[in-house]
Amino acid sequence: MALLETQALTANYGDFQALFGVDITLERGETVAIIGANGAGKTTLMRSLSGVLQNAPEQIQHKGTPVGALPADTIMKRGIAMVPEGRRLFRSLSVEENLVIGGQHKGGADFGDRLDSLIARITGAPDPALLAGGHDGQGYWTLDTIYELFPILRERRHTPGTALSGGQQQMVAIGRALMSNPDVLLCDEISLGLAPVVIKDIYAALPKIKETGASVIVVEQDIGQAMRVADRVYCMMEGRVTLSGRSSEISREAIHEAYFGATA
Amino acid sequence: MIWVDTIIQGILLGGLYALFAAGLSLVFGIMRLVNLAHGDLIILASYLILILVTATGMNPFVAAIVAAPVLFALGWLLQRFVLNRTLGDDILPPLLVTFGLSIVLQNALLEGFSADSQRISLGALETASVSVGSLSFGVIPLLTFASAIGVILGLNQLFYRTGIGRAFRATSDDATTASLMGIRPNRVFATATGIAMIVVTISALYLGTRANFDPSIGPARLIYAFEAVIIGGLGSLWGTLAGGVIIGVAQTLGAAINPEWQILAGHVAFLVVLLVRPRGLFPRGND
Ligand SMILES: Nc1ncnc2c1ncn2[C@@H]1O[C@H](COP(=O)(O)OP(=O)(O)OP(=O)(O)O)[C@@H](O)[C@H]1O
Ligand SMILES: [Mg+2]
Repeated sequence: MALLETQALTANYGDFQALFGVDITLERGETVAIIGANGAGKTTLMRSLSGVLQNAPEQIQHKGTPVGALPADTIMKRGIAMVPEGRRLFRSLSVEENLVIGGQHKGGADFGDRLDSLIARITGAPDPALLAGGHDGQGYWTLDTIYELFPILRERRHTPGTALSGGQQQMVAIGRALMSNPDVLLCDEISLGLAPVVIKDIYAALPKIKETGASVIVVEQDIGQAMRVADRVYCMMEGRVTLSGRSSEISREAIHEAYFGATA
Repeated sequence: MIWVDTIIQGILLGGLYALFAAGLSLVFGIMRLVNLAHGDLIILASYLILILVTATGMNPFVAAIVAAPVLFALGWLLQRFVLNRTLGDDILPPLLVTFGLSIVLQNALLEGFSADSQRISLGALETASVSVGSLSFGVIPLLTFASAIGVILGLNQLFYRTGIGRAFRATSDDATTASLMGIRPNRVFATATGIAMIVVTISALYLGTRANFDPSIGPARLIYAFEAVIIGGLGSLWGTLAGGVIIGVAQTLGAAINPEWQILAGHVAFLVVLLVRPRGLFPRGND
């Protein structure tokens, strides 16, 4: 059973269909990269996996449980954390508070979840809490270990999150997601807009993240970067997976064709 | 000396207006919801305290403590099952729904309690005062002002020192990203409205003990609250206190010159501040 899997995943924005039957899998311990041109549907896929977009329940399976229709907060409590496109730090929170809030609601059903499932039972609605089982929220990542991973953040911990450089903000966004000790980490274009040397620093954290037990999906525009870090890659175009395979086995030509379409 | 006395009375009155405004400001700050029924909810809370006092003979302060959790629950349910459904990109639905709620509350209170004006009696405390030199201060106005400061201190502690406050701020910044942190925005909003209703209960205690009230006076309290929030600058609770004080002082000064000018003077002060500082005295960030 895969750790995380989509089966014929479709997603819509109103009348606009953005995903057409996407199948991807993430096995325990793997790093998978999603590549594709602008508008291919990479972010839509990540939003679906993280619960920001709701899908049919069966279309996404986490440890064999259908989770496609669960809301983002429940998905997060199941152990799937996301570093969203554009970092999205909380501007009213300091660097440290941004990190703390990432771990504040981790693990298991809380009082609000229980109250909600009670209300659902009374009103006859399907139980929205379908629970956060299987993730104990304990683990390696704490404020201290995040600061060890990204020492610069310790120095800046009392500044507002949005007063940092782009690279530092990306570190906060990654740290914030790690604070819940996820078993799946979703990263949407963590290198976007950053200088090569900063990108290198950020990807240097990946081995340590893997070591603590997280499996990772990265969305990357930079094909070379994706091939270096990932065990397997999926290439998307216009809402479909056009190519998938082990990074070591697929050719540049095949990727080029899958990325830009057959006419390129 | 009479002027000093008048100004001090105005400052203390400002405490009451700051209390009215704090609940409004809390809800607006977290979910950008302008609750047009805020004044009527204060009147509702005053009636609840009044019922508890007349039915059981309990002290009004105790009655307020009993009423607070009831009103918290009411606010929670109201937000959870009604107001949350109105939130979205369009600001009109919440305005319409809370405006409707305001009318419903006024009519329900009128039906239940008639248009007669009521007052919550505090006995000897009502006339008690303390003297400092030649000045004398009513104990109730002093308590009102102290409560306003207490409420603002408490809310600031809640906002900046607790996990739930952190969740409030994060949700207010970006609800979608907050949900990626395991926060359910609708629950946060329900809790925030519940807390605002506790502030409403405190406001209601002083509103009902300081002067007569009847089912129709809610909207006027809403206006004072609005003016205090806007003078202070949206999102700053200490600014809201300053706004309340400015309106309070303007009203007592106006009344000292001519009793008919009391209300007008408060509104004029509001307009003047708005002309000079359109974003209020302490725009967000100076909290
Ligand atoms: N909120 C939205 N409403 C409507 N359409 C959307 C929305 N977000 C994305 N889309 C559309 O869905 C398609 C996929 O967008 P998506 O953001 O998933 O692409 P992407 O692969 O992440 O692109 P990029 O590399 O530019 O980030 C695009 O055609 C886009 O225009
Ligand atoms: Mg994208």
